[in-house]
Amino acid sequence: MAKSHKPVVWFPFAAGGTVIAFCMPVIVVLGLLAALGQVPPGLSYESLHGFAAHGTGKLILFGVIALSLWSSAHRLRCTCYDFGLRADTLIATMLYVAAIVGSAATAMFLFRI
Amino acid sequence: MNAPFPPPPSQEGGDGGSQAMPAPYHDGLPSGRPSGKTMKERLVQLEVLRYNPDTDTEAHFQRYEVMCQEEWVVLDALNKVKESIDPTLNYRWSCHMAVCGSCGMMINGEPKLSCHSFLRDYEGVIRVEPLTHFPVERDLVTAPDDFMEKLKRVKPYVITKQKKPIEAGEYKQTPAQLMKFRQYSMCINCMLCYAACPEYGLTPHFVGPAALTLAHRYNLDSRDEGRRERMEVVATREGVWECTFVGACSEVCPAQVDPASALQQLKIVGSIDWIVEHLLPGGKP
Repeated sequence: MAKSHKPVVWFPFAAGGTVIAFCMPVIVVLGLLAALGQVPPGLSYESLHGFAAHGTGKLILFGVIALSLWSSAHRLRCTCYDFGLRADTLIATMLYVAAIVGSAATAMFLFRI
Repeated sequence: MNAPFPPPPSQEGGDGGSQAMPAPYHDGLPSGRPSGKTMKERLVQLEVLRYNPDTDTEAHFQRYEVMCQEEWVVLDALNKVKESIDPTLNYRWSCHMAVCGSCGMMINGEPKLSCHSFLRDYEGVIRVEPLTHFPVERDLVTAPDDFMEKLKRVKPYVITKQKKPIEAGEYKQTPAQLMKFRQYSMCINCMLCYAACPEYGLTPHFVGPAALTLAHRYNLDSRDEGRRERMEVVATREGVWECTFVGACSEVCPAQVDPASALQQLKIVGSIDWIVEHLLPGGKP
């Protein structure tokens, strides 16, 4: 049996999983703090806008969002498979397209800042 | 198929003569036979899945009630049933100390070694079934042929390109080199991980946790040169890429092998190989 090409989707999934594990809890906590009006110093709208306007900032934000989307899409694909939804090609296509569209939208919004 | 049933530990033995005859049910754990005459007994209800291919069209449950000592394991209760109630009951066992890996069965729906499942951890009727995902031969005895075939396919032995003559001495290994794979070499081939793996249940051609873990164990061995051969089986869709990292294999493993971690490491190795093979000019892993 030939070797699988799954590493193409698995590597970004693994990278995204690592990014999610490190970044998402922090982003959720900061988001809640912001919602409560307790914005930590240095994380005001203006300074974060400045970060997103900078080339390196755009790259980091794109990396975090795109990898997280890809990882979530792949995880959801595996979950569907585990639950016995065997239409894998259809599910994989839908989820990966959603992740690609989300990544493209992220790139577009970042480009416009 | 079944080893003879040793007599249950006597309650009348007292302390005086107990040194001459070791407790037959002691498994090396601190929960072994307590001294004295205060051992508690309990009426245990077992619901065992029975299937006789000669007479039955389908499997059915049979209820047994048997007096057991509180510190016994489920295997002891089965042995007592076989000895005193129903000699036709079939199941596999050998070592009674979680080493041989032959007494795996579903106990209250979970894949367990019956020699390592203490009665005190169960209440009410204990349901005992053959390991799921494997064809049943008779009662609790399953056919392990599929696992055996997969085990062979991953070549779970040290492969060297050139055999050293005996005069050249032993293949030396440092403690650090040993520690790289030691954990993955502790597998007792009990197949609990196959019974726990939903992927194996859904996709029977999946090579599966224990066989892939052993492939990883030999890939990590400093004396081995067979990684490329093994990856031809491991890095396929039926190999490690069928795994979706549910992790149930590691939860049920009685030897703390953690097959899920081995498979994740294999995925990283397989991915790096793929990059080298497809993206680097003239690349060979």
